[in-house]
Amino acid sequence: MASAAAEMDLVDILDASSGPIDIARYVDFVRDPAASAIATFEGTTRDTFEGKLVEELRYEAYVPMAARRLAAICAEARGSWPLLRLAVAHRLGTVGVGEASVFVAASAVHRAEAMEACRYLIDEVKASVPIWKKEVYENGEVWKENKEFLERRAAHHEMDPAHELKETSNGED
Amino acid sequence: MEIAGGLNDGTGEMNESKVENSAGQDIKIKVLFFARARDLTGVSETSLEMPDGSTAGDCMRNLLVKFPSLQEIYNSMVLAINEEYAAESTLLTSKDELAIIPPISGG
Repeated sequence: MASAAAEMDLVDILDASSGPIDIARYVDFVRDPAASAIATFEGTTRDTFEGKLVEELRYEAYVPMAARRLAAICAEARGSWPLLRLAVAHRLGTVGVGEASVFVAASAVHRAEAMEACRYLIDEVKASVPIWKKEVYENGEVWKENKEFLERRAAHHEMDPAHELKETSNGED
Repeated sequence: MEIAGGLNDGTGEMNESKVENSAGQDIKIKVLFFARARDLTGVSETSLEMPDGSTAGDCMRNLLVKFPSLQEIYNSMVLAINEEYAAESTLLTSKDELAIIPPISGG
């Protein structure tokens, strides 16, 4: 049953030469006669960060693991909501201001589930998919860090017994 | 405190299956560096030979000696083994692929 559902998930990690995300492809993939709704999210490069002008974003990924995580995230969404079809596309390489770096689409019989799944998918991309972006300014560039990842890491480290190894060196009892 | 039949090797872990010799084969691990980790080490991948029974954490300590600049991300990075997130306590086997994952920023 899980593998049949996976055929209704489209996950694309688009290499740097792919050009802009073909949004219609993903919307059409999730379109379903049984659906009353298609919910979508598009992540776009914005032109400023903390007062600095952003020239472009550059994305890279641990591609096989990112593909694996995206498939798992789709399966998790299906475990939480009744859904029809899902699509997630993430672009790599240079993404200019105003362009889409990520696109998510979800269809469902009812709009509430489609919208919640869509939100879940992008939130999980932000928290757990091994993709990185470098923000490029006129006179510098920096690797960005998603707060969703840092928050989740902090929560997991409290639960991981191995974490205690790092704390023993300061004499805590 | 000792548990009969166990062997305390000083790491705080009881490894009952560990034989007290070096007859276990060394294991060869591929290590991948991404994004900031690659900037810090200057390489996108390397390989490690580790004693059988090594954990991801043991590898990490080894890498910190080899690439001290990784200390900058040590408290914000995570590890993956064979494309799945893994705790430092995870045991490695030969031909495993360990990835150094600095804070992600997809989307």
